[in-house]
Amino acid sequence: MKTRVIHDVGYDLKLALPLAGFFLVFFITPLILLIFVSLHADPEMERFGFVQFRKFLSDPYSLKVLGQTLLIGAETTALCLLLGFPLAWLFARSPGWLRSVLILIILLPLLTSVVVRTFAWIVILGRLGIVNSALISLGLIDTPLRLLYSVGGLVFALAQVHMPLMVLPLITALSRIDPNLADASAALGAGAWRTFLRITLPLTLAGIIAGCLLTYCLSLTAFITQTLIGGGQMLLMPGYIYQQATATQDWPFAAAISVIFLVAVLTAVTVFNLLGRLAQGVERG
Amino acid sequence: MRRRADFGTVSLNLTLGVLASACLVLLILPTMVVIMVSFTSGFSLRFPPPGYSLRWYVGLLDAWQLQFAALNSFKVAVGATLLSVVLGVAAALGIARSRRLTASVLDSLFMSPLILPGLAFGLAALIFFSQLGWPVSLFTLVIGHTIVCVPFVVRTTIATLSQLDPALLESSASLGASRWYTFRRVTLPLIGSGILAGAFLAFMSSFDNIPVSMFLRSAGTDMLPIRMWQELESLLDVRIAAVSGVLVLTTMVLLVIVERLAGLSKQLR
Repeated sequence: MKTRVIHDVGYDLKLALPLAGFFLVFFITPLILLIFVSLHADPEMERFGFVQFRKFLSDPYSLKVLGQTLLIGAETTALCLLLGFPLAWLFARSPGWLRSVLILIILLPLLTSVVVRTFAWIVILGRLGIVNSALISLGLIDTPLRLLYSVGGLVFALAQVHMPLMVLPLITALSRIDPNLADASAALGAGAWRTFLRITLPLTLAGIIAGCLLTYCLSLTAFITQTLIGGGQMLLMPGYIYQQATATQDWPFAAAISVIFLVAVLTAVTVFNLLGRLAQGVERG
Repeated sequence: MRRRADFGTVSLNLTLGVLASACLVLLILPTMVVIMVSFTSGFSLRFPPPGYSLRWYVGLLDAWQLQFAALNSFKVAVGATLLSVVLGVAAALGIARSRRLTASVLDSLFMSPLILPGLAFGLAALIFFSQLGWPVSLFTLVIGHTIVCVPFVVRTTIATLSQLDPALLESSASLGASRWYTFRRVTLPLIGSGILAGAFLAFMSSFDNIPVSMFLRSAGTDMLPIRMWQELESLLDVRIAAVSGVLVLTTMVLLVIVERLAGLSKQLR
């Protein structure tokens, strides 16, 4: 009797079919086509071969672009974690009214247009921007520093753009911790730092990894922020794809860069997911 | 002993407090700067502005290129949001309570556009449509945007569905309500906030999308974020600050409304 009732009200997996079909046609097929195009040896797409991949993997310049992209992603993620964790911690200990204010501050950048946020950084980091004016009026420097087209400027801009994606999972993780654990730790004589490092941090590991996954993957692919703040001299993977696809019209090479980039991002996702499983083990054990 | 413990607590709170404040400044500063600069009376993006005026907002009234791009972005965002809601809510209903492997594979598939490089998908979609012989248009833009927007709807709808008590559906069914009636009168009102939050996120991310639009738009289908990006790359036009001001203020108002109606911040966690 009971199974029949549940059967009556449960929704059928078939309801997912329209979206699955949509994804098959407009997402999976184009990506397969992308791989197919990348396996052509010439821009006219007449001969097959792994030439494009060999070209990328044997070219120091291309490898440098890939390496720098991955490195800047890692630096951004580290900065997001360093600043985002304390904010999530502050949120978890705040009274209700402050939480509503904080959550709006955290969400607003997530929803503000990326171009707008990046534009703000141009104003802040520019030659006549806030940072330079402040440093000059303090007498620390004589001539404006070049901040706009630098790695440091880019990392800060990317960190601001992706901070919400780090903070939100951390808030969830921190709010799940039983407050009695910290009390117990203190009662047993552990200092605040020790409790923080040995209880709070390990218990939020899954949230940390989830946040790192999102910030890392999205900073790798943040084309607009990268091109506007990084400038022309600092080419990263998304810009490289765009340049090869539009300026040189070399579709097979652009497709090959895209495939390599997709593989790099998928590898990162897999690594983070494995770490996440390990972290769950840590939390349970 | 006690003094040492206090020192530890104070230094920990101080360290985390300072870092959290730095984070708040980092989050707020850019938005504040944009809004202040957009009211400048000068011709440059100098900060702080030499004086304040509404001249650049007034200038938007006859910036027909920006208006045209904004209208296109709006049309595409509405289309992509509607399609995302229809397909995404159905898919969420299908996979939310299923424990089958197919359901979890589909779930990962539907979420993957959030993580994968949008630019790679944009190029793939352009190649795909050109092979099909479909010229790029608002229609192809809607399709491309739907792929990257639908994950938001699926995610928030599944989140509210998982909080839905199945007993409610069972009692509705045992009282003789048809499935469609139960869906309309029980399920839909209870998951409405999730759908609204998802639709809002989908709309915002479509309106703001660049990587996919980059490849799928043409001169006839100019999109606002791309127009803004190109103007920023060529000349630092102060009108872009005014557009940004309009976007930021609109977003703030929408955010507060959706937060009140649907508890957006709870859906995102």
